Amino acid sequence: MIDIASNPYKADFPLLAAKPEIAFLDSGATAQRPACVLDAQRTFYETMNANPLRGLYSLSVEATEAIERVRAQIARLIGAVDDRGRALARDVVFTRNASESLNIVAKCFAPCVLEPGDEVAITIMEHHSNLIPWQQACRAAGATLVYLYPETDGTLTDEEIAAKIGPRTKIVSAAHVSNVLGVENPIRKLADAVHAQGGYLVTDAAQSVPHMAVDVRALGVDFLAFSGHKALGPMGIGVLWGRHELLEMMPPMLTGGEMIDSVTEQDAVWAPVPEKFEAGTQDAAGIFATGAALTYLTETVGYDAVREREEALIAYAMERLATLPYVQIIGPAEASRHHGVISFNVEGIHPHDVASILDMSGVCVRAGHHCAQPLLTWLRVENLACCRASLAFYNDASDIDRFIDALGSVWSTFHGDN
Amino acid sequence: MGNLYTSTTFMEHNSHPDYKYEMDAPTHEHDGINPSCGDELTLQLRVEDGVIEEASFTGHGCAISQASADIMAELITGETIEEALRLSNLFLAMIRGEELSEEDIEVLDEAAQLKDISHMPARVKCAELAWRTLDGILVPEQDA
Repeated sequence: MIDIASNPYKADFPLLAAKPEIAFLDSGATAQRPACVLDAQRTFYETMNANPLRGLYSLSVEATEAIERVRAQIARLIGAVDDRGRALARDVVFTRNASESLNIVAKCFAPCVLEPGDEVAITIMEHHSNLIPWQQACRAAGATLVYLYPETDGTLTDEEIAAKIGPRTKIVSAAHVSNVLGVENPIRKLADAVHAQGGYLVTDAAQSVPHMAVDVRALGVDFLAFSGHKALGPMGIGVLWGRHELLEMMPPMLTGGEMIDSVTEQDAVWAPVPEKFEAGTQDAAGIFATGAALTYLTETVGYDAVREREEALIAYAMERLATLPYVQIIGPAEASRHHGVISFNVEGIHPHDVASILDMSGVCVRAGHHCAQPLLTWLRVENLACCRASLAFYNDASDIDRFIDALGSVWSTFHGDN
Repeated sequence: MGNLYTSTTFMEHNSHPDYKYEMDAPTHEHDGINPSCGDELTLQLRVEDGVIEEASFTGHGCAISQASADIMAELITGETIEEALRLSNLFLAMIRGEELSEEDIEVLDEAAQLKDISHMPARVKCAELAWRTLDGILVPEQDA
């Protein structure tokens, strides 16, 4: 049995260590960073700072190698390896965030395959970053955007998949884990269904990479996007992985420096993948620090420990929330199906008031539409808003206790003490 | 802003608003929405000879938006259009973080309690909703 009362990780996180008065329950928006990540950022500038790719001197070569090592690390992390287990690092593109990664797929890949009358299918639980780009892509191509709707507990059924993915479906794009419901979607099933129609599967792994091992081969996906900052890395680094032949056929989204092989007065030849998609100077220090973050997540802590601890924290939180009759959980009732995220509302009290009053007790939760307005509309959630507590392994039982106690204060603020 | 939630008088405006009702014969009516919060508000006024004889609102939203609307309705009742606009400008300036004079704070009366909202950018729109809706009625009225 995991001991969630003790916390062997908090000391690694300078902000959490310096602010024992807060319960940080907004890791789904952005994680806290361990000291090793902040140190890595500094180390880059202190020991290897030069513009990668351009230089012919050894410092620049070193900066380039530092980035390429992280590329390979990420490829291995997401299972992008060849039959002999070697990292397919060249298929990992660095972007600014998951939104940009998904935009590249929707703006550069979708026009290569979408024809008028085709369909793109996404789930109603998508974050706006995996929704608006597909609205735009469909509009541009004369295609139709189709939605998969889950059961009320968040389950996407086989029947729904069969009903929505058909001969017209060219692209399916789905969150691996929902940022509101916390459920894991059946990506493999979606991939098999769309592949059977000759289409492609895109997954938004922004909410899964921080919590669980992700394997692009096991999931059967064609593109995968995530951001570093939700996985303990610095803000400003996103990742797009794609199957090599698809990345090859796509035009770049941005053009300019460092993404060309040759340029003439009227024309340019693109650099190979991935540089083709990485116009301009990259945030090399951020990429280097992202590597440190992923090493900390997967080696220092390890996904097994992350999962075990987060499951225990979620189970404890759900158990205590169940004792508050005025709290309504949005998403599945089973704790085990919440991957880091518990969305909820307090009966009759606007989520923004709830969040503001929780803040008075140092409890940091998010409240609002969570960049998922179509989902909240479909769920008929009052005010189209809810609160969300999102956890990470660096939380402990005292964070949950503080959260539950503060919810009691929310209720008594509006209803008196009894 | 924590003080607002612990202020009994402020919370009374949310839980027992005196001015939240549908008016019989309004001379003016205007809707205000705050898409990011889902707050919706309809403001009604009965203006006679340039004086706001009656003000009321309906709708739903967070405690900040509701209490702010009730406080505003109370404050502008009996005021001329010009004075109500002046009060609204003062309030919106305060919410934007501008320093008000002692006299201005005094005329804003209970509405001055919302000053702390200026430190909470995410809640500014909630506090402003009723007042912006009021401007939506009064500004064209004054220009007419």
